[in-house]
Amino acid sequence: MTNPFAMKSWSPYLVGLGIGLLSWFTFATANKPIGITTAFEYTAALAEKAVVPQVAEAGQWHNKYFDEKSPKIDWEWMLVLGVLVGAFFSASLSGDRQHEKVPSLWRWRFGDSVAQRYAAAFLGGALMMFGARMAGGCTSGHGISGTLQLAVSSWVFILLAFSVGTVTAFAMYGKEGGDHV
Amino acid sequence: MFDSPEKLALGFITGIVFGFLLQKGRVGKFEVIVGQFLLKDWQVLKVMLVAMAVGSIGVYGLVEADLATLSIKPFLYGGVLIGAVLFGIGMAVFGLCPGTSVAACGEGNRGAMIGVLGMLTGATVFVAAYPLIEPVIKGFGDGDKIAIPDVLGVSPWLVIVGLLLVVAVFLAAVEYFERKPMRKTPGQVGGVKEPPFVSRGHVTR
Repeated sequence: MTNPFAMKSWSPYLVGLGIGLLSWFTFATANKPIGITTAFEYTAALAEKAVVPQVAEAGQWHNKYFDEKSPKIDWEWMLVLGVLVGAFFSASLSGDRQHEKVPSLWRWRFGDSVAQRYAAAFLGGALMMFGARMAGGCTSGHGISGTLQLAVSSWVFILLAFSVGTVTAFAMYGKEGGDHV
Repeated sequence: MFDSPEKLALGFITGIVFGFLLQKGRVGKFEVIVGQFLLKDWQVLKVMLVAMAVGSIGVYGLVEADLATLSIKPFLYGGVLIGAVLFGIGMAVFGLCPGTSVAACGEGNRGAMIGVLGMLTGATVFVAAYPLIEPVIKGFGDGDKIAIPDVLGVSPWLVIVGLLLVVAVFLAAVEYFERKPMRKTPGQVGGVKEPPFVSRGHVTR
């Protein structure tokens, strides 16, 4: 029998089952849902407070963000770090390391400029994070953890976000794009 | 500034398992995410829907047994609706979502690392501009921290059973159409474009 950890992929149903059971674990042990983007927001807030301490004090530099929220290195922050480490283990054990700088679908449509691809990744990532923090969650916090709690906000978010993602992808790659996935 | 060491360790272990699963699920890959948006690769929805279905049973069970409490996010119309639109555009352009981009960094993906730098930048702008953004998030009305069973006025278990059925039928349909050979697409008027069983993913210009 082959070592399952050395396999490059598992059935999506098995992975879904695993993530579902993991959500039981997080509610049972930490009473928290899995989420990712709050940690990014807290990191940014802590950095801003470190550079400009006046943002958290009364005065002209005051930012009311710091009245409403208290950013910290917390459970979720360590979870994000763990995702990096866990994926590194999984990819290393299976030899599934990713070295391609420009994905083949992107190259087919936009050419092989690395700078162009990196610029799109940077701007796309920034816009995505900004949207996630406006909405209070992402594919994990709303898309999985929120929907499994049957939250109305999360169902609305993920249905709208994925619909917009679909329209955007078709606008970028057209129908022929699917043949290059 | 810091949670207790036990909580930090627990979060870290949870994250390792989550990252491991995301990597084995292949959802930290550009082609898989964009392939889902192009309705060609259904891996993302398979993982998410099963996770949601399985998760709902256990989490509502824990809540019923008083072992956990729900943490439902408020439905602030401006924040959720505008945020979802920006999120969807950004995710399609980047080709990864927040959790899967962190997993892709673990795979050594350079583009994902650049995207994560962009994400940190987006978060920095959000915090710095929060006094301006907050009225947009909260100003268009608040649907409150409401769940589907509250809206329908029924037991959550009824909603969960309904969801399980919908998910099962949906995934069975996806499997059926994926296995069906020579699937006719509406755009394919005459002639065969490509043999259906040619390995995908290595098509170059």
